[in-house]
Amino acid sequence: MYTQSFNVPDQAGQKTVAVTPSTENPELMARFDARIDADGRIEPQDWMPEAYRRTLVRQISQHAHSEIVGMLPEGNWISRAPSLKRKAILIAKVQDEGGHGLYLYSAAETLGTSRDQMLEGLHSGKAKYSSIFNYPTLNWADVGAIGWLVDGAAIMNQIPLCRCSYGPYSRAMVRVCKEESFHQRQGYEALLVMMKGTEAQREMVQDAVNRLWWKCLAMFGPPDADSPNSAQGMRWGIKRISNDDLRQKFVDATVPQAKVLGITLPDPDLKWNEERQHYDYGQIDWQEFWDTVEGNGPCNKERLATRVKAHNDGQWVRDAAQAYARKQQERAMKEAA
Amino acid sequence: MTTTALKEWPLWEIFVRSKQGLEHKHCGSLHAADASQALHMARDVYTRRQEGVSIWVVPSAAITASNPDEKGEFFDPAADKIYRHPTFYEIPDEVGHM
Repeated sequence: MYTQSFNVPDQAGQKTVAVTPSTENPELMARFDARIDADGRIEPQDWMPEAYRRTLVRQISQHAHSEIVGMLPEGNWISRAPSLKRKAILIAKVQDEGGHGLYLYSAAETLGTSRDQMLEGLHSGKAKYSSIFNYPTLNWADVGAIGWLVDGAAIMNQIPLCRCSYGPYSRAMVRVCKEESFHQRQGYEALLVMMKGTEAQREMVQDAVNRLWWKCLAMFGPPDADSPNSAQGMRWGIKRISNDDLRQKFVDATVPQAKVLGITLPDPDLKWNEERQHYDYGQIDWQEFWDTVEGNGPCNKERLATRVKAHNDGQWVRDAAQAYARKQQERAMKEAA
Repeated sequence: MTTTALKEWPLWEIFVRSKQGLEHKHCGSLHAADASQALHMARDVYTRRQEGVSIWVVPSAAITASNPDEKGEFFDPAADKIYRHPTFYEIPDEVGHM
């Protein structure tokens, strides 16, 4: 499961979301603020400021889209998994991602958007999803590296979301995080097995990590200094930990894991800082990140085309199920009459 | 429920009994064309790891909920009836546990 600290606007070319000054009823606003200050939860029928609702709809739907598109890079390897065991594991993981997408779409729907609207946003290219899925999965080690690093980064991002102020989102995240640990562990273990194999297999692991490492660091979103809306997200209890702090946690957790695995991380600036008690790391290429977010990554077009085709190919199934349900209902009504 | 053609499958609320002897608990919602499809999808979406032994599916439209804006008045009648709680009553220590 994947998210990006990713409250990016759905319209391309605009890197920050304008926070409109509140024109809400001050009394309702005060009650809302008081509940947030008391670390209370907001439920679907409760009054909430429009900007809070809009921010959540965008973030939760982008998160859901990321789950759904996230099925594609790995789904690509189901038919080529090296053993029946790995195939079964991969199918289970990809199915989980689909499930996570469904939990999240349902959570977003409680805010008054519809499933069709959200899918339309995704399929038309208007809505964003995590940039990480716009990179190709070139060899089998990529599948392991995605589990270890991409799901690892996603877990870092998602654990604080379990305490999100919006009830349905936080409950969906609790469910997701419970299932997520399997994703990371299976990936790491798949890489461990390859590292015990041939020289060529070890090179595949190193190659996959080299290609994915920087993209995973970018998953946490722009640096705090360039995230003008983070403060609002924090104020609302939607965001609990800043992008840079999450990124640091991820780096600190991952370096020792890389050592056990026996690979290097592709950053010459990566070293322990005794004073900070954290690892220092190098510069992330944000231009590449924004290019990919805005649709120009290596696989953006292919991912979207695959997703749209899958949806269109399934149209007759959805239609048939609905026609059948209607027929059953009509029959029942006739019998009752 | 209506028989007019819906663009989207209707929404269902899902309740799962995690094990025999426990109550069904709300765990989320999903879209499905009819009740039996909702059951099958609920199994796949909410019980992939043996989280349940029984599932209820209820059309979301069939649920009537209390109004959160009237939460104060609605639940107020119970707020000042502390004599409904056992701790309201003082019992001599020598009586022991009661």
